[in-house]
Amino acid sequence: MSDQVLAEIKNLHTYFYLAEGVVRAVDGVDLTIKAGRTLGIVGESGCGKSITALSLMQLVPSPGKIEEGEITYYQTIHQTESASTSNVIEITKLKPNSREMRAIRGNQISMVFQEPMAAMLPVRTVGAQIMEAIMLHQQVNKVEARERAIDILARAKLPNADRIVDTYPFQLSGGMRQRALSCNPDILIADEPTTALDVTTEAQILDLMRELQREYNMAIMYITHNLGVIAEMAQEVAVMYMGKVVEQTDVASIFRNPLHPYTQALLRSIPQLDDVMARAGQKKRLETIKGMVPDPYSVLPGCSFHPRCPQFMEGVCNEVEPAVIEVEPGHIVRCHLYASRSTKARAN
Amino acid sequence: MTKQTNTHSASQIQAQPPLLEVKALKKYFPIQRGFFKRVVGHVKAVDGVDFYVNEGETMGLVGESGCGKTTTGRCILKAIAPSSGEIWFQDPNLGRIDVSTLEHEQLIHVRRNMRMIFQDPYASLNPRMTLLEIVGAPLRAMNLASGKELEDRVAEMLRRVGLRPEYMRRYPHAFSGGQRQRIGLARALAPQPKFLVCDEPVSALDVSVQAQILNLLQELQEEMGLTYLFVAHDLSVVAHISERVAVMYVGKMVEMATTHELFMTPKHPYTEALMSAIPRPDPTPRDKRILLTGEVANPAKPPSGCYFHPRCTYVKDICKTEEPAFDEISPGHFVKCHRAAELNLSGVMNLA
Repeated sequence: MSDQVLAEIKNLHTYFYLAEGVVRAVDGVDLTIKAGRTLGIVGESGCGKSITALSLMQLVPSPGKIEEGEITYYQTIHQTESASTSNVIEITKLKPNSREMRAIRGNQISMVFQEPMAAMLPVRTVGAQIMEAIMLHQQVNKVEARERAIDILARAKLPNADRIVDTYPFQLSGGMRQRALSCNPDILIADEPTTALDVTTEAQILDLMRELQREYNMAIMYITHNLGVIAEMAQEVAVMYMGKVVEQTDVASIFRNPLHPYTQALLRSIPQLDDVMARAGQKKRLETIKGMVPDPYSVLPGCSFHPRCPQFMEGVCNEVEPAVIEVEPGHIVRCHLYASRSTKARAN
Repeated sequence: MTKQTNTHSASQIQAQPPLLEVKALKKYFPIQRGFFKRVVGHVKAVDGVDFYVNEGETMGLVGESGCGKTTTGRCILKAIAPSSGEIWFQDPNLGRIDVSTLEHEQLIHVRRNMRMIFQDPYASLNPRMTLLEIVGAPLRAMNLASGKELEDRVAEMLRRVGLRPEYMRRYPHAFSGGQRQRIGLARALAPQPKFLVCDEPVSALDVSVQAQILNLLQELQEEMGLTYLFVAHDLSVVAHISERVAVMYVGKMVEMATTHELFMTPKHPYTEALMSAIPRPDPTPRDKRILLTGEVANPAKPPSGCYFHPRCTYVKDICKTEEPAFDEISPGHFVKCHRAAELNLSGVMNLA
């Protein structure tokens, strides 16, 4: 049950056609989302992590377009408590505003956003907004919907759920707003849900998400640039750079045995508390990645990380695009350094 | 674990007077209602804060949003006038002065030595000004340089923060977030100050850019003998850059100590909870985690006694009625808690 695949993203390309050129926001991404598991997606701004998530919801903002690839969603239809049937849906084939897509969005694949204030309508009560979502997806009347809304709020550990139902979003604090948004979908996409929050509130929200996951066997796709949060939340991690997944493996391997020079550099550039404490007051410089992320319109030959890579190999990295290499079972990396270590190299 | 550096800085505290000494600082914002803007209450953003910053050190100031850390930073420069309290600054030209009592003319002189950099590198630079105008503005306002000399000093400043002097004629929109933060830093450092308030200088930046800016801040500190008040909510960053750290909760200072002491042996339950909540880039499961319940107290209607008591797991009757004092329980370690002496709290390492 726990390793049941809920969605598969294959060779996804999402491009933005702008006057200045084409932005290849997502440029060949493969991901698998499993029930009861958390897939962490890490990367710096502009790496395509949010656009990957929005593609999954068919919510790519204009002028963006899913250019190529498949997103398969294995929908579970619960008929009774025990019996359920599976329904295979090809999301890229659905129109973004079709009835089917709207039924999936919010009900089965749901998203929590970075800025809780902006994600809710300020002029309607919290209860009204949750009831709207419930009535859109389930055959219930207003009274029942209201009861369910109160129930959802109570499950989200909000004190006085029956009172909060009638408050407006601005009357709640950041952490409370974030909680008010979570329902119980099959797949929950969390796009930097805690970056606007403080550490203690963040800890509460992370705890709540884990609890909801255990209870409903929900799959979480957790998008963040915070490696600390990834270590706590995810079982599987994908590191993205310029629209591509450059490394993907289980959470322990990402931190203990990072292979891609970009992953290694990211890990070295954050201050590590244990290290700071061990130095006992001695100052140290952080290691940095030279240069910065190239502008999004550029298409670099070879590996897109080569201008910043400390292990750059002239004539290889700047000419040939690295293939996806499975170095160990379940540990894939896109880097020429591991060409000889591949168990099975597949060109992509 | 080596302790030499800590004892060294502790002896420094006694040796020379601190560069900055803040005493009983308060900033209340009035809450106004109705047509006549009647004052119906006050938001006690900063409510009696005491601390000091030694010359050449980095002092971290942490706490949750709304705890008053930014307001504290702004009051020190008198960017907003404090409601009461003293801000003693050791000015190289004016001597030891109370910034809170200064008026316009004198403030300009003091601000040559006390400067600030901001969180948002996009909002804090005027898009209609070139880099020359932005970085040169403080020099011009203080009559420190003009004409060719001004240009030379701006060029030198840009070079110091890692930007090319040729960029002088460009506008901020041509630069990335990290580069804009460098521009902000060049503007702050142009008059060669002693003291810099850094208000969340890296929280809007990406991980790799954050590391570049933190390194730059450390390099400039060594080169120019700067003293920083580093306001931030990312505790790993604060631990990395600061010699000492102060923790605020709802407008009050609850703990202050050397970084090592504060993180390893916190004495305030709120500090302990903060330490336990830090997300660590290490997938080893941690068994002990203190989850605070409830919300941060409302600074307009704070609870009685110790402001932290409704969320504190160690609460006793006295905490509900009496406000604890901010006491020095060991040299250089200050705590505002009735039970500081008896509690045995966990630091970052014993939580791992």
